[in-house]
Amino acid sequence: MEFDHSKPQRLLQQSARDLFARQCPPKRVRELMATDTAFNPELWSAVADQGWLGIHLPEQTGGIGLGTVELAVISEEMGRACFPGPFLGTVWAATLLAATNPHAATLQKLTTGELKGAVALLEPEGGWDLADIQLQATPVEGTYTLSGKKSFVLDAITADVLVVAARSPKGLVLVAVPASATGVKIEPTAALDATRKLADISFDNVQIDPDDVLADRKQAEEALSKSLDVVALCACAEMLGGMQWILETSAEYAKTRQQFGKTIGTFQAVQSMLADMVLWTESVRSAVYYAAWAIDADPADARRAVGIAKAYTSDASREVANRGVQVHGGIGFTWEHDLQLFYKRSKALEILTGDSAYHRAALVELVFDQA
Amino acid sequence: MDLGLTDSELKFRDELRAWLKANLPKKMVKSADNAKEYYQYLSDWQMALYKGGWAGVSWPKEYGGRGSSFIEQAIFQEEMALADAPERMGTIGQGLVGPTIIAVGTEEQKKKYLPRILSGEDIWCQGFSEPNAGSDVASLETKAVLDGDHFVINGQKIWTSYAHIAQQCLLIVRTDPAAAKHKGITALLVDMKTPGIEVSPLKMMSGDSMFNEMFFTNLRVPVSAVIGKVNEGWNVAITALANERANLGTGLYVIFKRNLDAMVDQAKRLKRGGRPVIEDPVIRQRLAQAYVDLEVFRLNTTRSLSMLNKTGAPGPEGSIQKLYWSELNQRMAQIAMEVLGPYAQLTDYDGGRWVYNYLRSRGNTIEAGTSEVQRNIIAQRVLGLPRSY
Ligand SMILES: Cc1cc2nc3c(=O)[nH]c(=O)nc-3n(C[C@H](O)[C@H](O)[C@H](O)COP(=O)(O)OP(=O)(O)OC[C@H]3O[C@@H](n4cnc5c(N)ncnc54)[C@H](O)[C@@H]3O)c2cc1C
Repeated sequence: MEFDHSKPQRLLQQSARDLFARQCPPKRVRELMATDTAFNPELWSAVADQGWLGIHLPEQTGGIGLGTVELAVISEEMGRACFPGPFLGTVWAATLLAATNPHAATLQKLTTGELKGAVALLEPEGGWDLADIQLQATPVEGTYTLSGKKSFVLDAITADVLVVAARSPKGLVLVAVPASATGVKIEPTAALDATRKLADISFDNVQIDPDDVLADRKQAEEALSKSLDVVALCACAEMLGGMQWILETSAEYAKTRQQFGKTIGTFQAVQSMLADMVLWTESVRSAVYYAAWAIDADPADARRAVGIAKAYTSDASREVANRGVQVHGGIGFTWEHDLQLFYKRSKALEILTGDSAYHRAALVELVFDQA
Repeated sequence: MDLGLTDSELKFRDELRAWLKANLPKKMVKSADNAKEYYQYLSDWQMALYKGGWAGVSWPKEYGGRGSSFIEQAIFQEEMALADAPERMGTIGQGLVGPTIIAVGTEEQKKKYLPRILSGEDIWCQGFSEPNAGSDVASLETKAVLDGDHFVINGQKIWTSYAHIAQQCLLIVRTDPAAAKHKGITALLVDMKTPGIEVSPLKMMSGDSMFNEMFFTNLRVPVSAVIGKVNEGWNVAITALANERANLGTGLYVIFKRNLDAMVDQAKRLKRGGRPVIEDPVIRQRLAQAYVDLEVFRLNTTRSLSMLNKTGAPGPEGSIQKLYWSELNQRMAQIAMEVLGPYAQLTDYDGGRWVYNYLRSRGNTIEAGTSEVQRNIIAQRVLGLPRSY
C-alpha cells in the first residue's frame, strides 16, 4: 500500500505544472475569461496533444489508458492554474460515450481534442438527482425526438457534441446530439466564474440519429451516475489545486507584507488562518486521492468515497478561499489580484455536481438508512 | 497511489483477521460503566495483543514488537476499527514514551521498558507540565541536583494523566538553572514507587480524576535513569511531543467510530415530533457532517502512516493530526447532544457516556499541546513563518 503518488504520477504532475506555468499564466486566464468562449486553440492543442482529454479512458477509445488518479493529477494542476476552457465538459462527454458507445467515431475525436463536448444534465429547477431529469424524449421508430430545456450546461458554448440526459415514457435515456442539429438553440448565461462558460439549451423537436442513442433506463442511469462521480472527483481535484495556490500565495504574502514594522506573518491571528488552510488542504488531499483510487480499484466504494470527498472539499475549499482573501487584506478584494480567479472558480466547483449539503444528504441515505 | 495491499500485506491482514476472530473478547464492554471492570477488560485485551504479537506492530521484534512497517500499522488500525475491537491501553507508553525510548534510549533501557509497555504491565505517565510551565513547558522549574550517582529532585508537576495508576514516568527536570531555558533540562525514566513522589488526584470537569498533581520531595533517581544526555533533555522532550502529536490520534478512529454508530443508533430510536430523530433533515445533515469529518480523519491517518513509512520520524505534520482529531471529537460530542435533545443532559442516560464525552472532549484541544500551539507549529514549521512570540 502506498498512499502517495507513484514516481510516474509525480512526473506527470510536474509536466502538467510546467506546461501550465508556461502556457497558462494568470494573464492568459484573464484574457480568455474576457472572451465569449474562454477557448484558445493553442492552449487546447497543448493539452489535447498530451492525451489528457482521455487520460483515464482505454486506448481503444483514443484514450491513453491510465486511471482516475492520473485524471485527478491533471485536474489538480488545472485547478492550480485556473485552466480556462472546455476541458471538463469534453472529458465528461467522452467518459459517458466510452461507457455507452465505445466505438462511436465522435469519441475518438473528443479524446484527441478534434471535437469539444458538453453534457446537458441540469434543467431550470437545478436539481442534481437523476429524478430531476424531465426533458422529454419521445420515442419514434427506434430513436427519439427531444423537446424541452436544459440549463447551467458547462462548456456548451464551445461544444460540437452534446450528450443529453432526457426522459422517455420508459425512463431515462442518454443521447448524443450535434450542437448544430436543427432545433438546438444554445444561449450563453453570464456566470460568476467567467473562465468557464455556462449556457441554457432549448430543444425544439430535435431528431436524434438512431446511432446516437447511447443508453436507456438502468444502463443510462448507471453510466450517468458513474460519470457524475468522475466529474465530482475532477471538481474536487481542481479545488485542491486551487486551495494549494491560494495557500502558497497567501503564505508568501504573509512573509513579505509589512505592517506595524513587522511582516504580517508574524501576527498570530494571521498564522492561525494559514494553519487552518494547511489542515483543510491536506485533508482534501487525502479525501481526493482516496476517492480517485476507489473509482478504479474499489468501485463498490466509489460512490461513498466521492460523496465524502465532494462534501468535505466543497466546504474546505470555500473556507480556504475566504481565508486567502482575508490574509491579503484590501488587495485580495481587488479585480487586479489573481485571487479573484481562484475564488470564483472555487465557488463554481462547489456547486458543480452538488454542494456539501447535497452530498451529505446522499451519504446519510447510503450509509445510515441502509445499515 | 496504490491503496491495495501487496501479497505480504494481505498475509498480514489475513493473519490478523484470523487472530481477531479467535481472540476478540466474547463479551464486549463498551464503556466505562464500571471503571475497575473496564480497566481489567482493557488490560486483559492489551496482554492478549502482546502475547499474540500484535501490540507493537511497527516496533522492533527484539523488544516485543512485530518488526513490521508503518503500513502494517495502518492496516492494523483499520482492522481494529472493522472488528470494533477494544481500545488499547497505555496510550502514553505506546504513543509517546515507547517511540522516544526507541529513538534515543540505550539498549538496556529498550530491553527493560519496551516489552512491558506493549504488554500493558507498565502504565506510563508523562511528567512535563507544571503550574507555571504549560504551553511553555521548557520554562519548567522542578529542580534536580546531582548527589553522587543520584539526582535529588524537588518540585511539582501538574495535569499528569494516569499518575495514580502508573508504574513509570517520563519526567523532565531542570539540572542546570544557570543555562538558557532549553539547555538545562534532563529527561528521566522514573519508577513511580520511588519514595519522595506524592500523587494527588485532580478532578476533571467531568467529575472523575484521570489526571493528578505530583509533588517531589527529595526524590532520589539514579543517574542511570537519564534518557538521552544530561542537560540535553529538551531534545528528548521534543521527540516525545512530536510522537504524542502524531500518534495519539492513530488509535482514536475506532473509538470515534463507535461513538458515531451509537449516535446514529440513538437517532433511530428516539422520537421527536412524532418521527424518529434520524428523519429530521437538520439532524441528518449534522450526522453526515460527523461522518464525513470522521472518514477524512481516517484517510488522513492512513496517509500520514504511509508518509511516516518513508520519512521514519514524525514531523510537524503531526500537529495537523492533533488539531484535526481534537476539534473533530468536540464537534461530534456536540452533534450527539443535538441528537439526544433533552436526554443529552442526563448523567445516567446510556450509562452517562454522552455527558462524559461532551465534557471530556473539552480537554482534547488543551492536552498534548493546545490548538493554538498546534497552529503555531504548523505556521512556523510547515509554512516557515516567523515566530510570533
Ligand atoms: C485532559 C488533560 C490531560 C493532560 N495530561 C497531561 C499529562 O499527562 N502530562 C503533562 O505533562 N501534561 C498534561 N496536560 C497538560 C497540558 O499539556 C497543558 O494543559 C497544556 O500544554 C496547556 O498548558 P496550560 O494548561 O498551562 O495552559 P497555558 O499554557 O497557560 O495556556 C492558556 C491559554 O493560552 C494559550 N497560549 C499559551 N501560549 C500560547 C502561545 N505561544 N500562542 C498562542 N496561544 C498561547 C493556550 O493555547 C491556552 O488557550 C493535560 C491537560 C489536560 C487538559
